[in-house]
Amino acid sequence: MPPTITIELNGAPKSLPAPLSVAALLAELKLPAERIAVELNRDLLPRDRFARELADGDRLEIVTFVGGG
Amino acid sequence: MSPAPSAPSVPPDPLLADAPLKIGRWSFGSRLLLGTGKYPSHDVMRAAHVAAATECVTVAVRRVDLSGREKSLLDWIDRTRITLLPNTAGCFTVDDALRTARLGREAGLSELVKLEVLSDPQTLLPDPIATLEATKQLVKEGFVVLPYCSDDPILARRLEEAGAAAVMPLGSPIGSGQGINNPRNIVRIKQSLRVPILVDAGVGTPSDVTIAFELGVDAVLLNSAVALARDPARMAAAMRHAALAGRHGFLAGRIAVAEAARASSPESGTIAAAKG
Repeated sequence: MPPTITIELNGAPKSLPAPLSVAALLAELKLPAERIAVELNRDLLPRDRFARELADGDRLEIVTFVGGG
Repeated sequence: MSPAPSAPSVPPDPLLADAPLKIGRWSFGSRLLLGTGKYPSHDVMRAAHVAAATECVTVAVRRVDLSGREKSLLDWIDRTRITLLPNTAGCFTVDDALRTARLGREAGLSELVKLEVLSDPQTLLPDPIATLEATKQLVKEGFVVLPYCSDDPILARRLEEAGAAAVMPLGSPIGSGQGINNPRNIVRIKQSLRVPILVDAGVGTPSDVTIAFELGVDAVLLNSAVALARDPARMAAAMRHAALAGRHGFLAGRIAVAEAARASSPESGTIAAAKG
């Protein structure tokens, strides 16, 4: 069995193959990097650090813009 | 994506010349800001933005749809004409508002933020203490902060002192359509601050917009009044005219209110018999 990690992705647990970078996860999810922002363990993760590998137990938030007032 | 409709061609009226609205390093020709929430569709939203001739719209920061089925709102906003103003709507703590502002800056690549720190989900009224605290922190982090706040002149002054680039007092509670509940406070805020004052929240009708501008505010931000109207694009156009009416009425200088009637026509030389 390939190694896996479990992270919390937008509030829900998700098992992923390891090693996996944030950039690779975004590509997997087909999310265009220029329209989203990422927070890792409650701290903003700037785009230039998307190469960071995810670790077991990481809490990841991926957000975008939606309608609002 | 269908081509964007072009702005309605209105001949420029030299009598209605106005300075641009300046917030931080941004400059806007339109003094009407619109939201992007609650429209029946993205197409209707875009039509309303065009009809209002807005140059700045608010957007909310939310978890991305991981199914990939949702279409991005951004495809319906012409960013060559319209600046995005990310908000921190839905935040009830300073910490959540700071995190949301940072995410919005990263997603939008601009430091403009409409700061909302609300007190509770029932009233949706802004928490003045938390709003001031979050403003101080975001200014420190280089944001251009537009705090949404209650219509308290002293709080507004404190927000300006904390470095807010503009202050956005509510007209009345969010989405209520009650209009400007406390016009004298809005005037007081405008008169005692240097930064632009934007009336945000509670505006229901074009006449509410006109009243806000007649009070002297620099801009008005609208969402529900347009998005939930039966015909949002027509309402947006009405709001544009209402904003111009109020703004230029203010700039033209209104007459003083008098206790008694004052005749507009000469009182002498009439053929009528003298009365009394």
